[in-house]
Amino acid sequence: MVAQYITEIGSEAVDSARLAAKGVSVGYGGTMVIDDLDVAIPPGVITTIIGPNGCGKSTLLRTLSRLLKPAKGAVVLDGQDIVKLKTKDVAKKLGLLPQAPVAPEGLTVADLVARGRHPHQSWLRQWSSDDVDVVERALAMTGVSDLADRPVDALSGGQRQRVWISMTLAQGTDLLLLDEPTTYLDLAHAVDVLDLVDDLHESGRTVVMVLHDLNLATRYSDHLVVMKDGTVLAQGHPRDVITADLLEEAFGLRAKVVDDPVGDRPLIVPIGRTHVQLD
Amino acid sequence: MKVQEPMNGTEVKASVTPGVRLGGVSFVWRPWLALVTLVLAAVTFLLFCLSISVGDFPIGLSQVVATLFGHGESVDEFIIMDLRMPRAMAGLVVGFALGVSGAITQSVARNPLASPDILGITSGASVVAVFLVTVSGGAAAAVVSSVGLSAAALAGGLGTGLLVYFLAWRRGIDGFRLILIGISVSAVMEALTTWLLVKADIKDVARAQAWLVGSLQDRSWDEVRIALWCTVVLMVVVGCVAFQFKPLHLGDDVAAGLGVRYQRVRAALLLCAVLLAAVGVSAAGPVPFVALVAPQVAMRLARHPTPPLVASGMTGALLLIGADLVARTALPVTLPVGVVTAAIGGPFLVYLLVRANLK
Repeated sequence: MVAQYITEIGSEAVDSARLAAKGVSVGYGGTMVIDDLDVAIPPGVITTIIGPNGCGKSTLLRTLSRLLKPAKGAVVLDGQDIVKLKTKDVAKKLGLLPQAPVAPEGLTVADLVARGRHPHQSWLRQWSSDDVDVVERALAMTGVSDLADRPVDALSGGQRQRVWISMTLAQGTDLLLLDEPTTYLDLAHAVDVLDLVDDLHESGRTVVMVLHDLNLATRYSDHLVVMKDGTVLAQGHPRDVITADLLEEAFGLRAKVVDDPVGDRPLIVPIGRTHVQLD
Repeated sequence: MKVQEPMNGTEVKASVTPGVRLGGVSFVWRPWLALVTLVLAAVTFLLFCLSISVGDFPIGLSQVVATLFGHGESVDEFIIMDLRMPRAMAGLVVGFALGVSGAITQSVARNPLASPDILGITSGASVVAVFLVTVSGGAAAAVVSSVGLSAAALAGGLGTGLLVYFLAWRRGIDGFRLILIGISVSAVMEALTTWLLVKADIKDVARAQAWLVGSLQDRSWDEVRIALWCTVVLMVVVGCVAFQFKPLHLGDDVAAGLGVRYQRVRAALLLCAVLLAAVGVSAAGPVPFVALVAPQVAMRLARHPTPPLVASGMTGALLLIGADLVARTALPVTLPVGVVTAAIGGPFLVYLLVRANLK
């Protein structure tokens, strides 16, 4: 069964996108993880990349953020090939939160968030009053001002993730790339962090993230990119993209897609084998 | 929760580290770190003077200080400047170089157990030095003036350091792989040293052993001057790169996201660390544990999450001069300084291991 999904991107979508991958192939040492992939990140919304384990989600995010250099094709940031831009200039436009980052033991929240100012600093100008203002605002926006003096390693997982997001905010970019921001978090804390991400989007930022949980991805994003085996299987609004057929094809998951009782998005109910009462 | 974009100054101020501005230069102001560094410098200077004043012909501390600032009497001046200064100065320079080298290595590897000893620099320098002393024998006697030995050890340390770096390279440097490769290369180098010692003439072995323990005895101004200038130049380079290095403590990906070309910065700093350690080893022999202990002590004193560079150097100098003083005065026999640093460093390493295991 090969279903037809919306994979085409209109040329105007690519033009309006601040960040786009064009014919990108990326791999580690010879084997290609991503092959000839096109994707455009729509401005001002939350885009979430989903897909089964090993489909190249994180690789795509790392390529979009310039951590990986594509073997073929190009990632375009504001009309320029991202590889040709200076590392520092990219860091002024695009904030990145990698998967499960680790802070040195004893580093305080304020100091960690302050590191986010690095792209705007130089040897002579290592710390200015502007930096202080931006860091204070970043702490306040993520609700961690009270924790400023605490060591990062003493915080709970959810608080820690807020602090890391705060650091990325201090970078002062309106483009944020988050690689699995809810890893190791229980559902309540995951929702809490995603609410924060939604706040950031409400304040005008463009967010791209990788998520594992399909229902959270559906609820919190305006644009889904579904990947399988290094290619984009479908992309678009969750209401258009999430169907039982697509879930079967992308994940090999038998599921029923119903209306979310508390939202305007679809809700995925996995079927599995046990305790199922299908009519 | 709704997002608040607070106006400047209206909200409760979070305690963000304040900055300091001097003309066009601004930097983070950490009073405690500055204070600790100053106190370390003061204590180091005190020990430095004490090291000069102690000897067969004791000279008062005030005399020493006066002579250092150019107001001394000529008799003392000869003893102080020509006879005793080189030893104290060697302790200062070598200790500082080893301390900074250790701080960089531990930061790069993100591991408190990393040190130039583990990266093979010490063992590489030892092989070359022992080879020169034992195998080359009389033929190279001219080369094996003390300065020649230092230069050869420097080359050996640098060569092994680079070998470890390239063996550990696999599309980038990973801290853990660097340590593993370092340990194995060190083991090979130590085996070579042992083999050379077993084969060598017993008279040469004694000389080689004396070098291998690490000592500040009988340093000449020539050796000290070379080490001093190398250290000064390397510290300038480290100072230039250090700012780019800060985000690296957060891991490669975060650093890259913050606009740091981390492979380049790390390679530059690691090269400086290798050279600093090699300079230290070539001037005083492989003094053990100073590079491992100094950054960890400095971190704890300064309550800093990562090894502070200058404070680590100061701690290294303090440790080495202090250990040398103990080696000369505490026991009836004069011991080489390496014996004392090993006696302090061994238990400290165990403490670090136990602490790492408790987590």
